[in-house]
Amino acid sequence: MNIVEWLPFSVLVPLIAAPVCALLPGRVLPWLLAFLSALAALLITAIALPVLWQGEVSYPFGNWPPPIGIEYRIDAANGMVALLVAAIAAFVLPWARIINNQEVPERQGIFYALFLMAFAGLMGITLTGDVFNVFVFLEISSLSTYALIAHGWDRRALLASFRYLIMGTVGATFLLIGIGFLYMMTGTLNMADLAERLPEVRDTTAVRAALAFIIVGLGLKLALFPLHLWLPNAYAYAPNFISTFIAATATKVALYVMLRFVFTVFAPDYSFVALPLSAVLMALGIAGMFAGSWVAMFQDNLKRMLAYSSVAQIGYMVLAISMVTSLGVAAGLLHLFNHALMKAALFMALGTVFYQTGSVQIHRLRGIGRQMPWTMTAFALAGLSLIGVPLTAGFISKWYLILAALQADLAWLIPLILITSLMAIYYIWRVVEAAWFLEPPDHSEPVSEAPAALLIPLWVMVALNFYFGIDTRLTVGAAEAAARALTGVAP
Amino acid sequence: MSPLTVVLIPFLGAALIALAGDRSRLRDSLGWITAILFFIGVASQLGPVLEGAGRSQQVWEILPGLELAFAVEPLGMGFALLAATLWLAATPYAIGYMGAMGYTHLGRFFALYAIALGAAAGIAFSANLLTMFVFYEVLSLSTYPLVAHDGTEKAKRGARVYISLLLVTSIGLMLPAIIWTWQAAGTQDFVAGGILDGRVSPAAGAFLLVLFMFGTGKAALMPFHRWLPSAMVAPTPVSALLHAVAVVKAGVFVVLKLALYVFGLDYLKTLATADFMLYVAAFTLLAASLVALRQDNLKARLAYSTVSQLSYIAVGALLAHQVAAIGGGMHMVMHGFGKITLFFCAGAIYVATRKTEVSQLDGIGRRMPVTMFAFLLGALCVIGLPPTGGLWSKWHLVMGAYEAGHAPIMVVFMISTLLNIAYLLPPVIRAFLLPPRDGDSGGIREAPMLCVVPLLLTALGGVALFVLGEKSFDLLSLIFS
Repeated sequence: MNIVEWLPFSVLVPLIAAPVCALLPGRVLPWLLAFLSALAALLITAIALPVLWQGEVSYPFGNWPPPIGIEYRIDAANGMVALLVAAIAAFVLPWARIINNQEVPERQGIFYALFLMAFAGLMGITLTGDVFNVFVFLEISSLSTYALIAHGWDRRALLASFRYLIMGTVGATFLLIGIGFLYMMTGTLNMADLAERLPEVRDTTAVRAALAFIIVGLGLKLALFPLHLWLPNAYAYAPNFISTFIAATATKVALYVMLRFVFTVFAPDYSFVALPLSAVLMALGIAGMFAGSWVAMFQDNLKRMLAYSSVAQIGYMVLAISMVTSLGVAAGLLHLFNHALMKAALFMALGTVFYQTGSVQIHRLRGIGRQMPWTMTAFALAGLSLIGVPLTAGFISKWYLILAALQADLAWLIPLILITSLMAIYYIWRVVEAAWFLEPPDHSEPVSEAPAALLIPLWVMVALNFYFGIDTRLTVGAAEAAARALTGVAP
Repeated sequence: MSPLTVVLIPFLGAALIALAGDRSRLRDSLGWITAILFFIGVASQLGPVLEGAGRSQQVWEILPGLELAFAVEPLGMGFALLAATLWLAATPYAIGYMGAMGYTHLGRFFALYAIALGAAAGIAFSANLLTMFVFYEVLSLSTYPLVAHDGTEKAKRGARVYISLLLVTSIGLMLPAIIWTWQAAGTQDFVAGGILDGRVSPAAGAFLLVLFMFGTGKAALMPFHRWLPSAMVAPTPVSALLHAVAVVKAGVFVVLKLALYVFGLDYLKTLATADFMLYVAAFTLLAASLVALRQDNLKARLAYSTVSQLSYIAVGALLAHQVAAIGGGMHMVMHGFGKITLFFCAGAIYVATRKTEVSQLDGIGRRMPVTMFAFLLGALCVIGLPPTGGLWSKWHLVMGAYEAGHAPIMVVFMISTLLNIAYLLPPVIRAFLLPPRDGDSGGIREAPMLCVVPLLLTALGGVALFVLGEKSFDLLSLIFS
């Protein structure tokens, strides 16, 4: 049995572990089970990835041959995203144990079970080769995410969760309508099969409508501007562990699904012709870059600030994809990967600050840099990556984005990318200045540095941001292989 | 030693100094060891350069065509030697000054000080635009906390102007220019004679020149010069070594390097904006001198004098003539020695008497004769009079202007020299020739020895360069061999 046949277990292990986890008592065992599941998923995807670079792999469930049975079809693109999701889960969980003990002190068995469901859902969306299966896993992950967000310490978390539920359900329904249209027209749900059968019926209104429904539905899920309204509050009021995890993974997976539909199922020569998708995505991407960065500059709640920054960063990814070149897709996927690293590190730093101080309001964090130097230095360094300073992962993303723009004769995008980078400098700078150069509020109590158990995972995440800024073989190699798998052309 | 090792010495030293923290003896000895090792490392690069084969080293390829690499060439050698030599002088001065003024957080201070020097060496030895840009930003970021070290509102405000101007110009103007150059030329390496000739349209080349020149904010071309006077809120050792030598010289070094190795002098001459930038530099040169004339605060006067002198070097590069470029390179060194002396003196005066204004200096020469004598030598070096090295650099700059056929620039040089005299000599005249205003006659009371000895040494260094003028010319003329 070779490693590739193990791949479905990266979904199954967390999925099976979830109900077990719900029954486990206490605090240590549920966490341990969640961590071991994430670790298992990470090991499986990490070992399988080199095989996927060679070409795609198919796994029929229950030995029912596709397109009758459900098929997992895995190539470099979803292999990379799956690795990212599993890696974020495995790297964030060691940090999250102490955080969750403070923020979610009771019924942790249920909490971790929900997390495992969300995690399994994301892995499932990523690995499956069946469009209905995508919807099912999307619902599994979304429903559990709504519940997880509602665990936030602040009562506003309930409203944020409800809002996300409404918008997310609208998105999922649109996706389902689109999938329904496709099934109606072709009689199949298998992606590869759809790709073969769609050309015959592609000039019908139903298929065009299917594409439009799917794009809008996924646009909601990936928080494409202006469909991002659910995101800031969801990120801001969720428990810090959940903020970190979904900021680094959920929107990324939705973006991957969009790529999969646009490039594999519909094929780019249809998607970008039937609808003015390239122009629309480019305009929305740029608008998201500016609107997200602009709003982030004025946020008092730092988690909201990072959330708006995410809207801007998703704008970069969408912009890269809208170029419809292999290099553009590679740049988008590269930023997808690198952005997950930087946002995970930033949210972990804020979570650590919250653990010690009970606040992430900028005016209450004045002078915190002197009291928690390690945490805030980690924040500042991860901020450099977000800005895109050379030697960080963020620089590699931006560099590829600019390369892609130049290759597509869109040099006018470069000033826009640089201006939004300057805006990122500003909003990261505000935090640095508040943390180190302003006097603490008068009546504030002294705060001590966080325990090493929080700092070590945080710094590992920061170190990854620098590592992938210097050694780009894995990220660039995977992104290029993924772009080749999606577009059929080497970047 | 390989160039990378030399660059890493100050960074490693900085880590150890930071760990030493408040244990002053250990910290100071680490500071000394780092500065000495760094000097030895830099000096060890000189031999190969003089033989015409400076060491080069590829460190790491981040992406294809995008790598960190070092290559030692004559101009960078000059800059690195200048920084390493003056760091040796600044080490005791900084220890003495910071101690005498009762500053705290010295572990952080000296660690960042060392990082700034390492970044300067990284810029000096960089083999391509990316490496240069990385260290350029490290230099900006590491010096920011040093500017704000006082911790007062004023210091923070000054530091904010400092960092925002440097970051905005470098990321907003220089980085796009680097990307554009790399895209157009297909390489981002520094190559003698330039990489842009024939690769971009004349309009694009002209635009790139403007982007690069204004993007190098550290060269303080007007209107992007405000950061330099703002940075004067820093403790004097920072103003002296960083804002008279490492940071600003990094700026003009980049200007020279771009002119010689990215544009190439022959191509630079043909650009439509070359004359425009030349006159921007000439305007800065005169305007800053005029502003300096009106400053009563000694450090502010020296700061504007620096803005003006930096433009001499930028003019040297933009004249696009070999002699002028060499003159610019020489002035980088000569002005470094002169200006650090002047700043050391300003700091020594402050430590000994708490006086900051030129108008307070009446008769201070009787109290601090050594300091004011050194001030005189430093001033002569900046003005460009014998017996100091400043003579040779200005000599070559004027000759370069003549040979390049830019008569107005020669006039600008002459007027500016008169202005230099008018703002740099009055402090000396007041100090020695006017009676003390407050009737102070307590005999000789200099600043602590740790402050006085270094400033005397750098002043004498300026004199030594008068004798060694030819050597520095020979080193820099290797650029064109």
